[in-house]
Amino acid sequence: MFSGDRPEKGKRMHIPDGYLSPSTCAVTLAIALPFWLLAYQRAKRLLHTRLVPLFAVFSAFSFVIMMFNLPLPGGTSGHAVGMGIVSIVLGPWASIIAISLALLIQALFFGDGGISSFAANSLNMAIVGSLVAWGSYRLLAAGAPLASRRRVVAAGVAGYLAINASALLAAIEFGVQPMLFHDASGTPLYAPYPLSVAIPAMMIGHLSFAGLAEMLLSAGLVAYLQRAHPALLAGSANITTAGSRQGSSVRQLWYGLAGLMILSPLGLLAAGTAWGEWGAEDFANPAAVRKSSGHLACMPCRIALRRACPDWPVCGPPPSPTMPRPSFTARPLAMCCPPCLVPG
Amino acid sequence: MSEQSFLAGKHRHHGNIAERMVHGLQQVMEHALDAEAISATPGLLQQLDPRIKLLSLLAVLAATLLASQLTTLLLLFVLAVVLALASQISLSRLYRQAWLSVLLFSGMLALPAIFMVPGERLLTLPLLHWHITRQGLSSAAFLLGRAEVSASFALLLMLTTPWMHVLKAMRSLGVPVLLVALLGMTHRYVFVLLQTASQMFEARRSRLLAPPSGRMARQLVASTSGVLLGKALQLSNEVHMAMVSRGYRGEVYLLHNFHTRKRDWCALLLALALPLVIVWNHA
Repeated sequence: MFSGDRPEKGKRMHIPDGYLSPSTCAVTLAIALPFWLLAYQRAKRLLHTRLVPLFAVFSAFSFVIMMFNLPLPGGTSGHAVGMGIVSIVLGPWASIIAISLALLIQALFFGDGGISSFAANSLNMAIVGSLVAWGSYRLLAAGAPLASRRRVVAAGVAGYLAINASALLAAIEFGVQPMLFHDASGTPLYAPYPLSVAIPAMMIGHLSFAGLAEMLLSAGLVAYLQRAHPALLAGSANITTAGSRQGSSVRQLWYGLAGLMILSPLGLLAAGTAWGEWGAEDFANPAAVRKSSGHLACMPCRIALRRACPDWPVCGPPPSPTMPRPSFTARPLAMCCPPCLVPG
Repeated sequence: MSEQSFLAGKHRHHGNIAERMVHGLQQVMEHALDAEAISATPGLLQQLDPRIKLLSLLAVLAATLLASQLTTLLLLFVLAVVLALASQISLSRLYRQAWLSVLLFSGMLALPAIFMVPGERLLTLPLLHWHITRQGLSSAAFLLGRAEVSASFALLLMLTTPWMHVLKAMRSLGVPVLLVALLGMTHRYVFVLLQTASQMFEARRSRLLAPPSGRMARQLVASTSGVLLGKALQLSNEVHMAMVSRGYRGEVYLLHNFHTRKRDWCALLLALALPLVIVWNHA
C-alpha cells in the first residue's frame, strides 16, 4: 500500500472493478461459494466459539501483512499476501476464510481490489493460494522435525508457489476477457490483453519480485516461529482446536460409551458365564470357579487380590512366603489392571 | 507500479523502512478517521438509509460493468461528481483518493492497449512506428472509465457511511450474521494490530543509528511479522475468553434501527433504473 525510496516492483493481484465482465464475476462467485461453505463448516466444527475471534484476528493479521513492504535484493520492494504463513499456521480451511475476509475489507473500506471482482480475488488468493501453499508445505515438510531447516525452505517454496498459482489464475481471468467480451468492431470491453500477453505480463513480475517477497516472508516467519513459538508449527490442529480439544475428546468418549451400550446385547450370544457375573452355583464346583475366575497374570495382583478378599477362590499356586509383600499402591493397581483380570 | 486503493494517492514519505512503515500505518488510521468525520456531515448521501446506499452502490456497479458505450460511463462519472458535491465531499479528495490512484494503476495498464489491440489505424508514432488503433483507444478508455467510475462510487459510499452502518445494512440485506460479526471484529482488530505494528516499528526506529541494510530490513519485517502473529494469537485467545465470559455461545445478535423514508425509495428506484436502462438500450 505504501512505497518509499525503493521502486515498488512487487505487483499485487487485487483485481479492481471493471477489469472482469459480469459473467466472469458470476462464474468465479459460483466456484468460490462451495469452497467458502466447506471451509466455514470445517472451521466451525473445529472451532465452535473460537471461530469468530480467531478468524477476525487472523483476517486482521493477513490485512496488516499485506501492507508490509519487504525490501528485495536488487533495490526493489514487494508485498506479500500472507497466504503461505496463514495456511501453515491455521490450515487451509481457516486460511480461506481469514484471507477472504481481509480481501473483503480491503475492497470495501480501502478500495484495494474491486467489489464486483471480490469473488475472483478470493478464488485466486484465498482459495487457490491457501490450498497450494498448504499442499506444497505439507509435501515438502513431511516428517521434518519442527526446528529443521527443511521446514523453512518448505515454507518459502510454498509461499512462492502459492502466489504464482494465484497470479497465473488471475492472468487467465484477464486473458479470456478479450476473447469472450468485445463489441462488433472487435474492441475489448474489459481487460484488453489476450492470454499470450496477460500470462507473461503477470508471471514475470510474480516469478521474480512478488514471489520473492512471499517466499522471503513465509520462510522468515517460519524461521522466527521455530525459535519463538515452535508449537505453532506443529500443525494447524494445535491452534484451531486448542479450545475445543477437551470438548472433542469428551464427545468421543460419549460416542464410545454409546457404542458399547448398543453392542452389549451381543453378550447374550456368548457361550458360558460372563466374567464377574457368577451366581452361588458357580462357586459350588471348584473346577468351574477355576475356569470362571481365570488366572491372574502377575503375582503382585494375585497377592493383592488374596489380601483384599481372603475368601476369593483365586486359582493358581499360593504366593511364596519369600515373595515380597505388595506395596500399598500395588493393591488398587492390581484390582483394576485389565490385563491381569482377563480370564486365562 | 503502485496498486490501486483509496490510500495510494496520499503523499509519500521517504526514509528508512521503519519510518515508511510508521507513516503508512498512520495513513490508514487517518483514512478511517476522515471517513468517520465526513460521514457525520449533513450531506445528501449521508442522510440516506445505509441499506439503500448499499443496494444503490451494487446497482451502479452493475450499470458500470454492463455499459457498452463510453458516453454511458461518462454520464455515470458525472453522476458521481454531482453526488460528491451534494454530499459536501470535495473533488480534490475524490481526485486524491480515487481518480489519481486509478489513473496511475489502471492508466499504466491501459496505455499499451492503445498500440497492442489490433484494429483500424488512427495514427503512427514517429521513430517508434507504433500504430495507435481506434479499438485500442476505445478499450483503454473502457478499462480506465470503468475503474474510475467504480472507484468513485465505492469511495462515496465509504465516506458517507460509518462502517458499522455498512455492516448493519449488509445484515439487513440478508448477509449471514456470522459474516457481519466477523467483518465488524476484523475491522476493529485491523486497527489494533496496526497500532501494535506501528509501535513496534517506532520502537525499532528509535534504536536505529543508521538506515538498515537490505538483509537487516528483511529480518526486521520477518521478525515483526512473527511477533505480530504471536500477539494476534494471544489476542484471539483473550477475545475468545472475554466473549465466552460475557455469554457468547456461538450465536451473534445485531440491533437494527434503520428507518426508510420516501427519498430513500426514490434513490433506490433511480439506482436500480440505471442498469435496467443500460440493458434495455443494449438490447
